[in-house]
Amino acid sequence: MLLLELFTTFLMIGFVSFGGGYAMIPVIESEVTVHGWMTTQQFTDVIAIAGMSPGPIATNCAIFVGFHTAGLPGAIISTVGMVLPSILIILIIAKFFFQFHENKYVKFAFYGLRPIITGLIAYSAIEFAISNDVIGELSWYTFSLVAIFGLSLFAVTKTKMHPILIILLSGVCGTILYS
Amino acid sequence: MPFINEFSYKVALHCWRALLTLRKRGSDSIKKTDWKLIRDIFFSFLKIGPVTFGGGYAMIPLIEREVVWKKRWITVKEVTEIFAIAQSVPGAIAINSAIFVGYRLAGFKGAVAAMFGVLLPTFWIVILLSVLYLYVQDNHYIEAAFVGIRAAVVAIIAYAAYKVGLTSIYDKTTWLVAITSVIVLYVLQVHPVFMIVGGILTGLIAVYIKKYLGIVTRLEKESEQID
Repeated sequence: MLLLELFTTFLMIGFVSFGGGYAMIPVIESEVTVHGWMTTQQFTDVIAIAGMSPGPIATNCAIFVGFHTAGLPGAIISTVGMVLPSILIILIIAKFFFQFHENKYVKFAFYGLRPIITGLIAYSAIEFAISNDVIGELSWYTFSLVAIFGLSLFAVTKTKMHPILIILLSGVCGTILYS
Repeated sequence: MPFINEFSYKVALHCWRALLTLRKRGSDSIKKTDWKLIRDIFFSFLKIGPVTFGGGYAMIPLIEREVVWKKRWITVKEVTEIFAIAQSVPGAIAINSAIFVGYRLAGFKGAVAAMFGVLLPTFWIVILLSVLYLYVQDNHYIEAAFVGIRAAVVAIIAYAAYKVGLTSIYDKTTWLVAITSVIVLYVLQVHPVFMIVGGILTGLIAVYIKKYLGIVTRLEKESEQID
């Protein structure tokens, strides 16, 4: 029942994915590795490809993970699982509480939720760094990866370079350095 | 986590039933389905999907241009409100916004049309890229390229954390919560779902404790206060 498992997993992810985009990556990563569908390193490649594709990154990740795990049916099932909570919640809010985000308790909840989401993304950055050898033993190899990491970080923060361009350029660096 | 799966399976069943009742109610209020409008909604969102590289946020200005300025379906004020709600509920912001706009215009069918409009083109593009990746991943040069790319992805995620942090962390409590969450994740390996539920509870409890202690809480970075 791989398809059912994919569906329920992404349904659950869809329900808790506050913050959209990169905020969903830690949740998807933990589920994907717990189920043994992918390693963290493989999932890093998924993020790279999801980031290079048009459209929402989290949904793109769901499509890729589903496709990798169970082919086209898997991709469809994962996507449906991911967007079903969206459509349900939006329909309820549109019908009953249009003032949802003005609600006092929603604001209170977000006061604690936002820093936790920041923590989740920060932790997943550390985790990805460890599984991709950016944090690792002292060697030329680790040093070169740290250099690519540093240059990418500089490019995205200071020069506002587009992430797709950064991914492509780092790919070129990788081919030159490691092949 | 099998129990989470069992739980979400039950949730799925409930969702489906709730959707059916919502749909029934929707069809009461909108007597005749305007299929031309629904087709229009579908194609409007279909056009937006494949040109927006860089995640959901990149879609926001395009959605606004399409539904407010080109089609004149809704006002700027309404669409701003919709974007605000789309951000504060779970799910991808672009998909949430599309569903909301679609529902506003043509009820349940409009919502589904808008959602498929956003999803369909990107779905096939991602499938295409996945197939391509599975084909070339064992190639010597591609393998080397991905070693570099992975380091860049770490940087992009770190930047995402920084950007989210800019609007989330602005006082002592939020600093404490963020740092504690990283430590808890590292030491106890807690499942992210529990962290998110914990975050919601922490927010509610923290505001009340601070209120009790007579401390004013800024609920958002831009000086919005409660007493």
